[in-house]
Amino acid sequence: MEFLSYLISGISLGSVYAIIALGYTMVYGIAKMLNFAHGDIIMVGGYISFCAMNYLGLPSIVGIILAMLVCTVLGVVIEGLAYKPLRAAPSLAVLITAIGVSYFLQNAALLVWSAAPKVYTPIISGSLSLFGGALKIPYVSILTVVVCLVIMVALTAFTNMSKMGKAMRACSEDKGAAQLMGINVNATISMTFAIGSALAAIAGVLLCSSYPTLMPTTGSMPGIKAFTAAVFGGIGSIPGAFLGGLLLGIIEAMAKAYISTNLANSIVFAVLIVVLLVKPAGLLGRYVPEKV
Amino acid sequence: MEPILKVDNINVYYGSIHAIKGVSFEVNQGEIVTLIGANGAGKSTTLNTVAGLLHSKTGSITFLGENLGHLPCHKTVSKGLALVPEGRRVFLQMSVQENLEMGAYTKPGSGVAADLEHVYELFPRLKERMRQTAGTLSGGEQQMLAMGRALMSHPKLLMLDEPSMGLAPILVEQIFDIIRSLHKAGTTILLVEQNAQAALSVADRGYVLETGKVVTTGTGAELLASPIIKKAYLGG
Ligand SMILES: Nc1ncnc2c1ncn2[C@@H]1O[C@H](COP(=O)(O)OP(=O)(O)OP(=O)(O)O)[C@@H](O)[C@H]1O
Ligand SMILES: [Mg+2]
Repeated sequence: MEFLSYLISGISLGSVYAIIALGYTMVYGIAKMLNFAHGDIIMVGGYISFCAMNYLGLPSIVGIILAMLVCTVLGVVIEGLAYKPLRAAPSLAVLITAIGVSYFLQNAALLVWSAAPKVYTPIISGSLSLFGGALKIPYVSILTVVVCLVIMVALTAFTNMSKMGKAMRACSEDKGAAQLMGINVNATISMTFAIGSALAAIAGVLLCSSYPTLMPTTGSMPGIKAFTAAVFGGIGSIPGAFLGGLLLGIIEAMAKAYISTNLANSIVFAVLIVVLLVKPAGLLGRYVPEKV
Repeated sequence: MEPILKVDNINVYYGSIHAIKGVSFEVNQGEIVTLIGANGAGKSTTLNTVAGLLHSKTGSITFLGENLGHLPCHKTVSKGLALVPEGRRVFLQMSVQENLEMGAYTKPGSGVAADLEHVYELFPRLKERMRQTAGTLSGGEQQMLAMGRALMSHPKLLMLDEPSMGLAPILVEQIFDIIRSLHKAGTTILLVEQNAQAALSVADRGYVLETGKVVTTGTGAELLASPIIKKAYLGG
């Protein structure tokens, strides 16, 4: 029974990682860049929904929508101001810029919301009692898993079936050829950032509902873990992000429960290294040699 | 009659490399015009500039009476330009059908089914493989796909960059048959080829490029018969 409850908390944590990892992977697939500021968008999403619910007294659903809107705009603005001018620059310059944006967001949050942690009010409380109370599943865990599944299915359908989604896949393969089809590559990249950032906002709300301490650095560790999850599953692959996120969450929860809380993170990264040694492209990734 | 495409004195640079040096040429409605020249002469650069992937520092490119100026590539498609790029560049991870649908990206969805049918009629091999991913096609099939994809946008000018590259002689024959039949159906074509013999025999007119400049021009037959061309491009 204990095992089951650890497993469930792992799946729930993994679902949050998966949602964040989807943003990483989509942006990587299309813009071929690692957006290290993605984790901090989560934090912004957390704060916006916190303010909406606690200071403005808005219902949680409005708080979530507001957080999504703000994060979407923020993501598109960051892309337009910081990354777009570097489209032709070497990838190292883009990476450094992304790290800069990440620090910028954290420090801006420090100015606006101060370093003191805020206690987040979960958007849904209570838990489901099973086996006469032997197993308690928090509703928020159930919600997280359901939301993650819905996002996963919706995103897969979007990229495989819609015209815009197909255009995204075309851009991720060959931007020049995509332009020759009449696809506006810049608009497609903006769209990708918009989707990724909206997902980050959702992840922020779900994360803070499970782990209710909100600080300017709240997003960075989950951000790095989700990035790991994306690489683990095969960066660029949507099912890979999902699988990687889930596995990472489960491994982390199990390591915490049965080995050591302090070592949990090290174990997660050790598993990543082993997986990458065996499958360099990640679990579901395709190894594409870099073209020269 | 006004030419459908008029390229006037374009100069194109890659950083400090001056790749195209004052090139001018014209394509008239219904013609096949070919650009021939050795490796690195600037043929692909010229086509990419017309398509809007690259831009010229000087001169003008007038298409259907409109100066394209610095119009970005994705907007030239709806004006009626289509380029089948060098090396085909089909979307390898997408299915044959999805590749063709991408070709119709700028078109309203209502006509796509009929256009697909039309392309499949032209290339029955693509129809048999419509659900296969493009990466699993042979080189010749990929070339057909790249051409079919370009035709999906109903181009008023179809530009082909070395469609016969890397294909077996029998397939080269087929590709040129298709070019002839497209021409018969009224498509205007700007063709770049290494295979000067084949290109000149289908072309109404040709331009010879050398290190970024047009050095000779004439009708296909004239160029085929010219001793200088024979020596330089037709193997004696
Ligand atoms: N991306 C690039 N960066 C720098 N120089 C380039 C680039 N692409 C082409 N060039 C240069 O521009 C010149 C023209 O190249 P282009 O590709 O247009 O030649 P081409 O006639 O198409 O040759 P080929 O028959 O080999 O395809 C060449 O000298 C080439 O080295
Ligand atoms: Mg070329």
